[in-house]
Amino acid sequence: MKKLINSADSVVTDALAGMAEAHPSLRVDVDNKIIYRRSAPVAGKVGLVSGGGSGHEPLHGGFVGHGMLDAACPGEIFTSPVPDQVIEATKGVDGGAGVLHIVKNYTGDVLNFEMAAELCAEEGIEVAVVLVNDDVAVKDSLYTAGRRGTGATVFVEKIAGALAETGAPLAEVVRVGTEVNARSRSFGVALSPGTVPAAGKPNFDLADDEIELGIGIHGEPGRTRAPAAPAREIARIAMDAVHADMPLTGDVLVMVNGMGGTPLIELYVVFAEVAAYVRDKGATLTRSLVGNYVTSLDMQGFSVTVCALTDELTRLWDAPVETPGLRWGR
Amino acid sequence: MDVQFFTAWIEEIARAVADGRDHLTRLDAAIGDADHGSNLDRGFTAVLAALAATPPETPGAVLTLTGTTLIRKVGGASGPLYGTAFRRMGAALGQGDADVTLAGLAAALDEALAGVRKLGGATEGDKTMVDALGPATRALAEAADKGMDAEEALDAARDAAEEGARATIPLQARKGRASYLGERSVGHEDPGAASTALMFRALRAVAGR
Repeated sequence: MKKLINSADSVVTDALAGMAEAHPSLRVDVDNKIIYRRSAPVAGKVGLVSGGGSGHEPLHGGFVGHGMLDAACPGEIFTSPVPDQVIEATKGVDGGAGVLHIVKNYTGDVLNFEMAAELCAEEGIEVAVVLVNDDVAVKDSLYTAGRRGTGATVFVEKIAGALAETGAPLAEVVRVGTEVNARSRSFGVALSPGTVPAAGKPNFDLADDEIELGIGIHGEPGRTRAPAAPAREIARIAMDAVHADMPLTGDVLVMVNGMGGTPLIELYVVFAEVAAYVRDKGATLTRSLVGNYVTSLDMQGFSVTVCALTDELTRLWDAPVETPGLRWGR
Repeated sequence: MDVQFFTAWIEEIARAVADGRDHLTRLDAAIGDADHGSNLDRGFTAVLAALAATPPETPGAVLTLTGTTLIRKVGGASGPLYGTAFRRMGAALGQGDADVTLAGLAAALDEALAGVRKLGGATEGDKTMVDALGPATRALAEAADKGMDAEEALDAARDAAEEGARATIPLQARKGRASYLGERSVGHEDPGAASTALMFRALRAVAGR
């Protein structure tokens, strides 16, 4: 295994040091592993905090800035942050209007954010949560931990962040964040597994002529394995899963997201197929995003996320944003 | 079982986790995200440092400090779950410095089990640490009732934990990250149940010294 690291134990903090050097718009607390918007706390604005395991960059630290998050708490690779980080970040972004935690639905993320939220509430900070669970590959039933939070996290952070920027109260920011999640669905496909630096070898084996369907973002195997196929067929499998769960109609925002090890040219090949699929179902592709936004280290593959837009969501999506990972309108 | 006993238990867990780190990580790679061994190792390394910095003076304080440190250092699901287990045990043992009886230890483990079940929402058969912790706790309570000595009783608890962990192999996971795999989680030992069994092995080893 060759990786651009100094040591497996220092990957997260070494990368945070790099973010601090690269982005003067951020204030990075390397010791406590928290990335703040430099202007935080913004008086009178709802503070947005998210976090999760590292290895998904630019999620979440790359989405800290004007119009999106106020702080992000990266854990170890694929391991949720600890409550201390979330408590510190919550206090650091509380501008008096309350703080929203955006949490991807994984047992570890949920437990650590819950513990932090309880302690913050005891100290008098108003904390609300939006749980993201958009992955249709997992059945939401008594027999699973519920659907995973994946690509829709970017949409929730962008759109809730845009509303918070207008000075909207916490309840409104929660409402819009919850609505974005409810109107979004995702499905992921891997062509090759990723390699966690501490493990030193790929998480699972995949033959040259096999793909893994219904993957998450932590290198865990997916639901099923299938023969490799042209991009058109793979895109159709992914979109069929999305469409079966939430029929495509009206205006849609679509993200084709790279898992970290796939070239952009292949993502555009997939996007062409996805766009044709959307059109074929009679929906209108009005907003799009193609690139690496919610990655899984060096995994090859993609995920597709669809959000059924409303006028309000479109307006908030278009609102100015200035973060390392997303930037427009300013 | 006094404060030295419980300190030795935690130290033995830390040693066993360090030794078993790669094994636990391999189990986790099969049905999870390949970090259970390294996360617990990081956590118990921090626990050793915390115990050395301010040596607790009562059995309850040893376990409470262990739990708090795990919550603060581990992350993931195992940090809050094991952290809560040790904190609940510590609270159940209270602040006294008297020797802990087998019945007292069994009652404390029962509190730990209740805490883990409440936080994680798992019941036995979901393919989680509860599948080892539940049987071990019951075995210890029964042994204490029967008036067994410490070594016999902790033998029974260890055996029940190991059997519980092995019994997770044919199960389909219904909680945690392995549940995303559906039927593909069948045929693998749950890493959380395996690490729980490791902790009961450590308990038995310390009692035999």
